[in-house]
Amino acid sequence: MTDTNTDLRPPETLRSAVWAQFRKHKGAMFGLVVLGLLVVFSVLGPLVWQPEKLSVAEALRSKNLPPSFAHPMGTDHLGRDQMQRMMLAGRVSLAVGFVAMVIAVVLGTLIGVLAGYFRRLDGALMRLTDMFLALPLIPLLLVMVMLFRDRVAGYIGPEMGAFLLIVSAIGITSWMQAARIVRGEVLALKEREYVLASRSIGATPKRVILRHILPNVISPVMVAATLCVAEAIITESVLSFLGLGFPPDFPTWGRLLFEGLDYMESYPARVIFPGLAISLTVLSVNYIGDGLRDALDPRIRGR
Amino acid sequence: MKLRTALLGAAAALAFAPAAFAERGADGNVNVLYWQAPSILNPYLSSGTKDVETASLILEGLAGFNEKGEVFARLAQDIPTVANGGITEDLTQITWKLKPGLLWSDGTPVTSADAKFTWEYCTHPEGGCAQAARYEGITAIETPDELTIVIKFSGPKPNPYQAFVGGTSPILQAAQFANCLGAAASTCTDQNFKPIGTGPFVVTEFKVNDTVTLAANPNYRDPAKPAFATMTVKGGGDAAAAARAVLETGEFDYAWNTQINPEQQTQMSAGGKGVLLNGFGTLVERIEMNMTNPDPALPEGERSTPKHPHPFLTDINVRKALSMAIDRQILVDIGYGAAGRPTCNLVPAPEMFASPNTDCLKQDMEGAKALLEQSGWVDSDGDGIREKDGMKLKILYQTSTNPVRQDFQAVIKDWWTELGVEVELKNIDASVFFGGDAGSPDTFQKFYSDVEMYANNFDGTDPEPYLGQYLCDKIPGPDNQWQGENINRFCDPAYDALWLELSKTSDMAKRAEIAIRLNEMLTKDSYVVVPLVDRGRLSAASNTLGGVVLNTWDTELWNAQDWFRVK
Repeated sequence: MTDTNTDLRPPETLRSAVWAQFRKHKGAMFGLVVLGLLVVFSVLGPLVWQPEKLSVAEALRSKNLPPSFAHPMGTDHLGRDQMQRMMLAGRVSLAVGFVAMVIAVVLGTLIGVLAGYFRRLDGALMRLTDMFLALPLIPLLLVMVMLFRDRVAGYIGPEMGAFLLIVSAIGITSWMQAARIVRGEVLALKEREYVLASRSIGATPKRVILRHILPNVISPVMVAATLCVAEAIITESVLSFLGLGFPPDFPTWGRLLFEGLDYMESYPARVIFPGLAISLTVLSVNYIGDGLRDALDPRIRGR
Repeated sequence: MKLRTALLGAAAALAFAPAAFAERGADGNVNVLYWQAPSILNPYLSSGTKDVETASLILEGLAGFNEKGEVFARLAQDIPTVANGGITEDLTQITWKLKPGLLWSDGTPVTSADAKFTWEYCTHPEGGCAQAARYEGITAIETPDELTIVIKFSGPKPNPYQAFVGGTSPILQAAQFANCLGAAASTCTDQNFKPIGTGPFVVTEFKVNDTVTLAANPNYRDPAKPAFATMTVKGGGDAAAAARAVLETGEFDYAWNTQINPEQQTQMSAGGKGVLLNGFGTLVERIEMNMTNPDPALPEGERSTPKHPHPFLTDINVRKALSMAIDRQILVDIGYGAAGRPTCNLVPAPEMFASPNTDCLKQDMEGAKALLEQSGWVDSDGDGIREKDGMKLKILYQTSTNPVRQDFQAVIKDWWTELGVEVELKNIDASVFFGGDAGSPDTFQKFYSDVEMYANNFDGTDPEPYLGQYLCDKIPGPDNQWQGENINRFCDPAYDALWLELSKTSDMAKRAEIAIRLNEMLTKDSYVVVPLVDRGRLSAASNTLGGVVLNTWDTELWNAQDWFRVK
């Protein structure tokens, strides 16, 4: 009945299959390239682009310049080079976005899986989730920053202290969506035949979760994660605006945007560049998430 | 259409007016923009500047303050002083005389009984008078005859020009407000919206929170004034829109409080339809030095208290060098433009109280560096930061969240870094910073940083209470819930003694001399307070509007009777 000799392709590894599928997604490839460029711009940029340090009075003479060869993104109202500030700001904003996302996704997935898989933990963990959902973010951050800023800053310096606080604050207040989605998926998955089969031959919960459940909840988690990056970058901007975030001489994309707001009418470049950077990051992360979801889902892969 | 009607009306009035009235109403209509719209025209029921100032077109007091902060007579014949016998030697009684023949806008005579009634109105125990502070310490008002008002105080009052002086305490007509005493005050809609006054204008129509339409007062005491027949006070928009309406489009003749950034100031002034007017009061943006140690390692309750003096800011050379490294003119250009000017004084005005101190105006970076070198602060390990006896010059510099303040922080940090001082910046939400919550570590009173920046001013024209904030017993601390006003924790017995002398002196020239001395003790003698920018008021007036003088001591419309149309 079957001809085993013909057309047998060499077995595909999972990684190459995923990559092949991912490459087919044009948006995802676009996102990957743009995000890569933004990361290179922020991480390597400041090493290459080092405009001359001017005194205050000298800098003020070249304030509010439009984009030019000497200042590709113009200068701000204090005569500082906007491109250099964009690069430094990018480091902070991207780091905050991704680290907060990792915290939120890890926490959310862990709690979601535990609640979905172990019935005894379900009630307690879901009430905890409800409680966190009901917590207003800004007052909570106010309290956290007030209580811990000086102490944390004392150990690791004001910038790292602020980074740690903000990242953990955003992380622990944005895992709830992921947890709920994951729990719902897990509840459905654990009644599937292959999970039941696996349990019936004596697989431990750990193995069932790692082998069967987790790969199947990847796609909703990916979506939650991409949204989280965008949210974290924006929350950081809000915090900086309220004076709770980084010290004021520490630029972030959100802060540059807020600073530029007053000058929007006369110098639109002041808001266009940081705004563009935030939008591009959020957009490309969303596309990457979309592509990854398609690539990781065995039902879509190969079609 | 409305304007044309008004102009026709004015023209008609002019044509039939007798010769002596030739000037009144000759210039038609004037448009004034208060972007915060007036909501009531009785200043005793509102503390909003917009309400008080609009009401001052209609209601007047016995006297007012001019642009120099001096008292001048409005309804009074002259200003009572100790010298002319108007104030008793013991400073407990002041006697005002009304000008004879004054009429309310409804044609009835103004008498001393109206003043007495106004005092009763505002001090009625059941009424919530917004200006009660101006009548504080008055035990009785006597009216021996129709023109004489005798005010008696419970104790000596070195500054008795409070009641019935300025736009915040005008005289109300007793006949109109007779039924509005106490709890009934706010229910008297007609009275509060259309008060009868002695000012240059009367209300013809009042749309709450929108527009006030006024006409010249037919019974105004100067038959030649006001030059305008009608006035429209319009509300709505914001500071930038208001400035644009006067400077660029020319729709309005005068706009109040047009605080816009220097960039916009230049842009809009280029419109050529009007000019920005600035007036300087007592608001000074300053850096305060902490004389006590804010180290977080100290136990709570001892941090930033006189128990632990500051490790290096107690060295006057460090404070002086920090002040010398600042170029105040650049700060003005960045933040305020025409609405600011560099200052070295904590009390920059009124003129008689302002010290001629200008040493700090010129930046002297080299001098500042040399000063630190001399006093032993040198960078011995080559990291760009000066140290002495193992102590590094490292400063935490905090202020409230506000774009201008963050710009100041950035620029000052640059200068101080050049000087060899490491600066860490911190900004705090204004509602927390100024909130005064004893539980928060981030209030300006707690001062958990080495230096901090904010602005402060004093009410009225007399700096005595303001200078009194720097007495030793006003230091905030855990024992007084951090409510003291001596933010720097400055304590100098000589200062306390001199201030006590001020509080006992009534001679104006002598008071001014002492106040100037006190101001210098805080600024150029000790650099405990480092003033940066004298922040003024900014309003806009059309090129076709004449006679406008911006006054920061009274209402901005204080001389609307003298306004005229430039032909």
